[in-house]
Amino acid sequence: MSKEGKMDCGRRRLIVATAAVGGAGALAVLVPFVSTMLPSERAKAAGAPVEVDISKLEPGQMVTVEWRGKPVWIINRTQAMLDTLPQLDGEVADPQSDRKQQPEYCKNEHRSIKPEILVTVGICTHLGCSPTSKFKPGVDEGMTPDWKGGFLCPCHGSTFDLAGRVFKAKPAPTNLEIPPHMYLSDTRILIGEDKKGA
Amino acid sequence: MANTNFEKYKSDGSLPGNLLEWVDARFPATAMWKGHLSEYYAPKNFNFWYFFGSLALLVLVIQIVTGIFLVMHYKPDASLNAAGIPVAFASVEYIMRDVPWGWLVRYMHSTGASAFFIVVYLHMFRGLLYGSYRQPRELIWVFGVLIFLCLMAEAFFGYLLPWGQMSFWGAQVIVNLFGAIPLIGEPLSIWVRGDFVIGDATLNRFFSFHVIAIPLVLIGLIAAHILALHEVGSNNPDGVEIKKKKDENGIPLDGIPFHPYYTVKDIVGVVVFLMVFSLVVFFAPEGGGYFLEYNNFFPADPLKTPPHIAPVWYFTPYYSVLRAMVWNFFGLDAKFWGVVGMGASVVVFAFLPWLDRSPVKSIRYRGPIFKSFLTAFVICFFILGYLGTQAPSYWGEKVSQVCTVIYFAFFLLMPWYSKIDKYKPEPERVTWN
Repeated sequence: MSKEGKMDCGRRRLIVATAAVGGAGALAVLVPFVSTMLPSERAKAAGAPVEVDISKLEPGQMVTVEWRGKPVWIINRTQAMLDTLPQLDGEVADPQSDRKQQPEYCKNEHRSIKPEILVTVGICTHLGCSPTSKFKPGVDEGMTPDWKGGFLCPCHGSTFDLAGRVFKAKPAPTNLEIPPHMYLSDTRILIGEDKKGA
Repeated sequence: MANTNFEKYKSDGSLPGNLLEWVDARFPATAMWKGHLSEYYAPKNFNFWYFFGSLALLVLVIQIVTGIFLVMHYKPDASLNAAGIPVAFASVEYIMRDVPWGWLVRYMHSTGASAFFIVVYLHMFRGLLYGSYRQPRELIWVFGVLIFLCLMAEAFFGYLLPWGQMSFWGAQVIVNLFGAIPLIGEPLSIWVRGDFVIGDATLNRFFSFHVIAIPLVLIGLIAAHILALHEVGSNNPDGVEIKKKKDENGIPLDGIPFHPYYTVKDIVGVVVFLMVFSLVVFFAPEGGGYFLEYNNFFPADPLKTPPHIAPVWYFTPYYSVLRAMVWNFFGLDAKFWGVVGMGASVVVFAFLPWLDRSPVKSIRYRGPIFKSFLTAFVICFFILGYLGTQAPSYWGEKVSQVCTVIYFAFFLLMPWYSKIDKYKPEPERVTWN
């Protein structure tokens, strides 16, 4: 590179320029390879809304449907179940649902359009396990004596009340997600779309 | 220590001799043989703890060979077959029931995964006991930590492939860990999955990582690990450098050629290991639910998490650290700190060479403070491992928090306690009787 200890600056510049152009080329080649790992067009197209008939859902019952590969729970809550919600305001992390885990029309005490019908994504907001329903109050389902009914995530122990609100000091950071949904009729729900807003 | 300036082989006139001379003039055959085996001088005082490096290599070979044969029959396909069972899950059952001797190859591979971690944990513990990570072996240790990380990735990707309930929900939890990283977390986890949920795209890429990408990196790192070891020479139970005392030919006085001395010693280890390994493969391949978890005999169901999920035993200590973090700090969710704690509990090993300031390397000459810390660390590691297999509970959480603190204290307080600790003077030469 050098004659008599002197650097040939012209050649040096050429080497730097060549390395820079080569490096830029190598980086550019990364783009297609990294991009192949993004969701494909087929995966993106698979998120169609799901229609559910809830006419046979008795009070106190829960049904699970699949939407975008995730479980969505529809729970017909009894009045006794709904009555537990205000009592728990002091124990849950986000009682007023201030964090955006639900559409605007579900930002209320019961986190739903109709007070008794809860529609929620059954995926724990911690690391994505599906919590188990523990509807019976007290120790009947292996919970503490002051348990009022709700959900327990088996993976890391997060607990949620009957509106999907997370209890304080649990690994899950937020309430369960309420998907966009709307009523097509009194007993038919469309999950994944909410054109009418309610 | 890996001398490469060897004389080229001169034939004795025989046909094999002529062939070797021809090869040796074109390829460093005898130089590699001598530099790494017949004239690589290892300390003569190796003990029981020095079996596990060569055993790790053996398990690697078992995993690669059994893996090659499993890939001949396995199908990474999450779609449902005519019977409504995911194709991937069904192909594993097919290997177990219909492929001649398939059950043996599969059980060797699944048992091999646990055996790999047992052997590597013992290999790492040897390093802690005798200060094998200390100067001049820092790079060997760092390569080793990278190998351990690769091994964890390899095990994790492989565990998804049978597409059972544990496969699915384990992957769901771990991939969602990336989601805890602020800002880029959610797009990153979608990129890793290739879908919005764990699905066929995820299964296929994990298969690719498991059979091609990670093994290639792993083999490269193992080569670097061994090359670095042969460059500086092996440590030993006394933690003294045998290169300081050499004979007139420059050969360490306390060194013996790796071959035949340690190759023969290691064969004894191989035989004993294979006896235990075979016992597990033939009589307890599920390892009491620890090597193969019972819930993984159910096909993956994206709508239902099993009532109790836990990672395979070798991940449970770090999983407990993850679960121990339940507080929000600096406006970031506890979930994020759990991920940070889990990552740090593995990566912190890499810093050991610079955390340890004791004048001696080996536990034989260390003082009571280091011994106490090491003992506490090992006990906490086991407790965390046990708690990670258990369902979350109030006391489990408290105990895992205490153990997590002790776990990290072992590393982070080391610069102080290793310095103020008492120590015995090291001998001039290795002790030998």
